[in-house]
Amino acid sequence: MDITDLTLIELRDALRAGATSSFVATQAMIDRIVTYDNALCSYLNLTDQDALQQASDADSRLADGEELPLLGVPIAVKDIICTSGVETTAGSKILEGFIPPYDAFVVEKLKEAGAVILGKTNTDEFAMGSSTENSAYVTTHNPWDVSRVPGGSSGGSAAAVAARLAYGALGTDTGGSVRQPASFCGVVGLRPTYGRVSRWGVIAFASSLDQVGTFGRNVADCTALFQVITGHDRRDSTSLDVPYENFEAVLTGDVAGLRVGIPQEYFIAGIEPEVEAAVRTAIDKLAELGAEIVEISLPHTEYALPVYYLIAPAEASANLARYDGVRYGPRLKADDMIATVKKTRSLFGAEPKRRIMLGTYALSAGYYDAYYGRALKARTLIKNDFKRAFEQVDVIATPTSPTTAFKIGAKVDDPLSMYLSDIFTLSLNLSASCGLSLPCGFDSNGLPIGLQLIGDTLQEATILNAAYAYEQATDWHERAPVLPESSSEQ
Amino acid sequence: MTEYEGVIGLEVHAELLTESKMFCGCRVVDSVEEDPNRAVCPVCLGMPGMLPVLNRRAVEYAMRVALALNCTIHPHNIFARKNYFYPDLPKAYQISQYELPLATGGWLEIEPELGVVRRIGVRRVHMEEDTGKLTHTENGGSLVDYNRSGVPLLEIVSEPDLHSAEEAYVYATKLRQILRYLDVNSGDLEKGVLRVEPNISIRPKGTDQLNTRTEVKNLNSFRILFLATEYELERQANVLDNGGEIVQETRGWNEADKRTFSQRIKEDAHDYRYFPEPDLPPLHIDDAWIERVRAELPELPDAKIARYRNDWGLSRYDAELLADEKVTAEWFEAAVAAGGEPKAIANLLLNNLFKLMNESGQSLDEIDVSPEGLVALTELVEQQTINNNIAKSVLVEMFETGDSAETIVRAKGLAQVSDSDAILAAVQAAIDQNPAQVQQYLDGKDKLMGFFVGQVMRAMKGKANPGVVNQLVEQELDALK
Repeated sequence: MDITDLTLIELRDALRAGATSSFVATQAMIDRIVTYDNALCSYLNLTDQDALQQASDADSRLADGEELPLLGVPIAVKDIICTSGVETTAGSKILEGFIPPYDAFVVEKLKEAGAVILGKTNTDEFAMGSSTENSAYVTTHNPWDVSRVPGGSSGGSAAAVAARLAYGALGTDTGGSVRQPASFCGVVGLRPTYGRVSRWGVIAFASSLDQVGTFGRNVADCTALFQVITGHDRRDSTSLDVPYENFEAVLTGDVAGLRVGIPQEYFIAGIEPEVEAAVRTAIDKLAELGAEIVEISLPHTEYALPVYYLIAPAEASANLARYDGVRYGPRLKADDMIATVKKTRSLFGAEPKRRIMLGTYALSAGYYDAYYGRALKARTLIKNDFKRAFEQVDVIATPTSPTTAFKIGAKVDDPLSMYLSDIFTLSLNLSASCGLSLPCGFDSNGLPIGLQLIGDTLQEATILNAAYAYEQATDWHERAPVLPESSSEQ
Repeated sequence: MTEYEGVIGLEVHAELLTESKMFCGCRVVDSVEEDPNRAVCPVCLGMPGMLPVLNRRAVEYAMRVALALNCTIHPHNIFARKNYFYPDLPKAYQISQYELPLATGGWLEIEPELGVVRRIGVRRVHMEEDTGKLTHTENGGSLVDYNRSGVPLLEIVSEPDLHSAEEAYVYATKLRQILRYLDVNSGDLEKGVLRVEPNISIRPKGTDQLNTRTEVKNLNSFRILFLATEYELERQANVLDNGGEIVQETRGWNEADKRTFSQRIKEDAHDYRYFPEPDLPPLHIDDAWIERVRAELPELPDAKIARYRNDWGLSRYDAELLADEKVTAEWFEAAVAAGGEPKAIANLLLNNLFKLMNESGQSLDEIDVSPEGLVALTELVEQQTINNNIAKSVLVEMFETGDSAETIVRAKGLAQVSDSDAILAAVQAAIDQNPAQVQQYLDGKDKLMGFFVGQVMRAMKGKANPGVVNQLVEQELDALK
């Protein structure tokens, strides 16, 4: 059996058993990336030499009998997450060549857990996008159909995991950027509760919405990776100090009596019939497994998109204002200081520029109350929708995205239709909930369909176990994309 | 011609001299002494992915000021981002407070002229972070020093209750005194640790309207605050008297011509696009915390002055001098606590010790005379071991050598002589040696008593008990009558 076919858990067990070595697994992944990633472009920066060194170190520690959670397991990291000594660009030209002197909290955690870091994966610029087409460097292709997008903004990580170019990967989810690409690429993607994972060292897009999430080929892999990156961090004041939970231990597959809510607002016109059918079938499956299905309402759902596109750009307009070439990043010199800063800031791509302008406008004197101020109030209504819903149910089930992966280029000139791709995921970011996407079928083009399960604040265990139960009863996660042989360019 | 009165509010920025910065662990350093960019880290440099963590000590320092200014501290505090671009502001926003500041509704009493106490409103006190410092070089380059970036900063905004440059000056100096008393700020305007910006408008005396105001920035001494405010009041009066209109603007101070000049008019004013800082949760300040900080507040100058006058009978002048600096007041009170008689201590401290310190350029915490040492000196006077004049020279000796009063008195044989026989001998010698003066005295020139006393004191090197000398001189002269 090809070692790259192993799941994260299988590899971890094989390494512990001494059945293989981290070096072999890492080299096999690198070889596979070299072979296939020219066509997929999931990685922006393959740190193969570092990875092999980390793998050798892991092998000595394994030989010493150390049992760290991810010892020797090769993982990919989205390029918006800072890695000490390794270029971190956030998919933007304005950070080209930026080498952080620090690791993000989640990278520290990966390293503490013994993981091997394969490299940095592609992202829409500053995580602003749903297809990776807004990356300033390259567009990632969907492993199931290379003419299609992998989703975004964590499209590089999702594609890498789907294509077996990493055993697991980290992404970030501000409006759906883990769940939507997980859905498009047929993998499991978890977006934890805001505050569950520290944002220290994660380049900010929208600070009140950003959260690091994990990708796995199945629920157990996604959970194992999630387990490692949780924990309180006093360097992030929004990091929650909650008791330790063993998430892997709660994956029992027992959903008897679990109350699953179906929000009527999520099954609307515009959703592809095949997507709706697959999701409804998945819900039936949960019922079959003993879950109780409850019709619920999240009445303010229709406001999520406009609210999100006021709050996220407003925060982004402040977060992105620091990129001026004064202290780091490229500097495009001009006649004087102000001209130099202006010229340097022209390195932003179209989408960040659009959102900086939107956000600046929403916060401007005379407009604040009408836009940002009202958006904050509406956000409270959306939060309350979820609060009320979770008095009735344990889990909310919806489609992850209204469609399967779309063609590359299909929406680049129409930002609004691109924004609609996240219509089912953004509400969660505005609330205090957690959510995940897992495969629940394929459309007639052979493209994966995602089921979104949403849980109450800090109830990751509940949704992970519900997902695990569904996964045990189905085999969607066992399918693998057939990758084009495309190493000819080498 | 219309008679005007000034309507002046002061906006004061005070750095809080905590150990570490507002949102990171970097040291707070003297921005003049320290080499550039030595107290910096990824957080205060605004590097990607870095996050602020609130320094609770800075909050407590801010609470001290708010309480000392009689403000209401609010339980629910929100930090806000104040967005503007400048290369000395690494995140391109300053973490500040906008709606829901730390404290509001306080006051500070000033006495601009003797007996006239005015209560000046303090509108708000809020917390923020300082920026870095930009230097433009002669060859057109710009250099940035981020040592100051992220240093805790307090903004203290008064109501426009001040009516003259004099009042503005008194308010500002008193506020500075309080900040120093609270150990939160050195009060060093030249170093920019404390910055004072007046908002100035005028109105016909007796009316209560608020007119267009100007703001004067970059005033680096209280003298300049006074001069600039006075100039601005006069300038505005001239504009109005000549039928002109006041333009809302920011003005600077030109030290060479002693004038304010226009820097920026309102149309160029920033839109700061404030919004709640998502990286910091709301700060909750409960009553227990407020009371803990209140309990740690030192006694403030006004209370000290009142106590010195009422309890210890000091003059207003002396009490104010003693309370002016906390270090003086504490030294003085330590001496009183050690058993010193307040007036005697105040006299030696203010009249003699301060003179010695001025000459040597030392401060109270640098000198070798301790409060207990000064008390020991006054006790020698009280016990009539030495007299007041000797005491002054002993103090000089103490100041120079660090020796105790007792040691000096003993070593130099300065102890006062009260032995009648010794003094009597000296009195008789004085009479014998000055027959002419004796004759004048006997002819009725009573004032010559003093001459004989002086002669005796000189003969005895000042150590004779003046009471005994007086008594014996009188007795012996009268015997000649």
